[in-house]
Amino acid sequence: MSAVSQSHNLVCRLGARTVNGVTLLGDLTVFATRLAGWMLSGLPRRAVLVDCLHNIGVRSLSVVMVTGTFIGMVLSVQSYDQFRMFHLESRLGAVITMSLVAELGPVLAATMLAGRVGSAMAAELGTMRVTEQIDAVRALGAHPIQYLVVPRFLSCVLMIPLLTAVADGCGILGGWLFSTQLLGVDSFNYWFYTCNYVTAYDVMSGLLKSTFFGAAIALIACHRGFHCGAGAEGVGTAATESFVMSFIAILILDFFLGVFTNNLYYMIWPGHMSII
Amino acid sequence: MPRFSGTAPEQEKQIISDDAPIVELRDLSCRFGQQHVLRDINISVHRGETLVIIGESGCGKSVTLKAMMSLLPPTSGCVLWNGHDVRDLATQQFNRMRLRFGFLFQGSALFDSMDVYDNVAFGLIHNTDMRGEAIQPIVHQGLRDVGLPIDVCGKKPAELSGGMKKRVALARALVMTPEVMFYDEPTTGLDPIMSDVINELVLQTREQRQVTSVVVTHDMRTVTKIADRILMLYPVSQKKPDESQVVFEGTPEQAFASDDPRVSQFVRGEARDRIRELSCA
Repeated sequence: MSAVSQSHNLVCRLGARTVNGVTLLGDLTVFATRLAGWMLSGLPRRAVLVDCLHNIGVRSLSVVMVTGTFIGMVLSVQSYDQFRMFHLESRLGAVITMSLVAELGPVLAATMLAGRVGSAMAAELGTMRVTEQIDAVRALGAHPIQYLVVPRFLSCVLMIPLLTAVADGCGILGGWLFSTQLLGVDSFNYWFYTCNYVTAYDVMSGLLKSTFFGAAIALIACHRGFHCGAGAEGVGTAATESFVMSFIAILILDFFLGVFTNNLYYMIWPGHMSII
Repeated sequence: MPRFSGTAPEQEKQIISDDAPIVELRDLSCRFGQQHVLRDINISVHRGETLVIIGESGCGKSVTLKAMMSLLPPTSGCVLWNGHDVRDLATQQFNRMRLRFGFLFQGSALFDSMDVYDNVAFGLIHNTDMRGEAIQPIVHQGLRDVGLPIDVCGKKPAELSGGMKKRVALARALVMTPEVMFYDEPTTGLDPIMSDVINELVLQTREQRQVTSVVVTHDMRTVTKIADRILMLYPVSQKKPDESQVVFEGTPEQAFASDDPRVSQFVRGEARDRIRELSCA
């Protein structure tokens, strides 16, 4: 194959991927708009919503607690030597807690939940699609988005911030445990600098991020499930795509929300310096 | 009879007319990507009849059925319910009119996360004001009507045999008291005895509930047992350009007596020249 035809094929492939990507974004936007419309029309039935809240929230607790605890401990492990060089190991609590509540807690908890909850939702809805259960929902007079997507979306938006808070708490405790019991950091100083440097704004900005992450996970997972290809391969692809797209969305949202919350902070409290 | 929430029945009397076909497809085409499945088909379903649609695999029978119930949007053409184009109906009218139809899916399409009781009660819960104790006798009667004991209520779909799943799915559709029932290959995958049970249920539903039935099937025993009228569809890719995709319309007796080799080959189940496809594989 000549270099010209090779580059032509590459351009064609790139063009096709771009077109597919833009089409996907448009489709996702239409899906989100329909979801918003159904959410405004009324809440789902309590039994359905409670079931979703339990599956997404309660059943994810253990995995989120483990994730949070080990994030805190890893932060302690990786930061201690650098801070000890400058005799600032007493500040370790502030660094671990700030990193957790503002960034790592929301992002890593959301990533874990994109894998556990998002992939499961995409696979479940994809299976319903290939076995005509979604058509059956419509044939029996219910709207698939209202019945299947709204409760999952609301559950993710409500539960993921709460799970993030649990992850943050476990991370802070895990970091404290490792820092004070194994690395010898003074416990009083650990909590003193944590309380002095970590503000409610930092905590709330992390939880705000996790709310958006939850919405993105639910929207992407449900969209992938509804538009899944045929057969087991289609369901598997939907589950994989759900996780990958959710992860990318989390990173992009994290960036823009980080810029937003930082700018908002300086608007509300102008003149405040960086605290570390 | 369940009382459905939504538009008052009086408004529907303006829409429902006994003269027009209960369901009609006009110049309907369906395409999935580059693949044409249906092209310019015209089918009318008359009140009270049992119409059976036959044809080779991939000729668009299931797509036709779903288009009739507006579960699939057509690429072109229109779907009419009692003479009214479904695209002209307001959302609430559309939803209420669609409740007049019931659908038995090929794979039953029972909801995996629910037990039999919740499956059968699904339509009643979502479309009526009935709850709890009011629904229970309807669900139990629905199961008895299809020959199932009420102790299956607590079972999940995965615990049921193929025949039981089909009957639960039929009960789920029938508790909504539909005027028209669509059956997508109701006997596929079932043993001969259970297939005949399903055929009997289709007949019983028609006779006891005065339901119009549209059945898609490969099974000629089902055709001869239940059909008032047969339509045979031919694959778009194999038909002549100016020819209709509906290659036969008539009674079962006329189908077996047909001179059209495509029809006679199908109804008699003869490979004939198609045996060459085995050597080409």
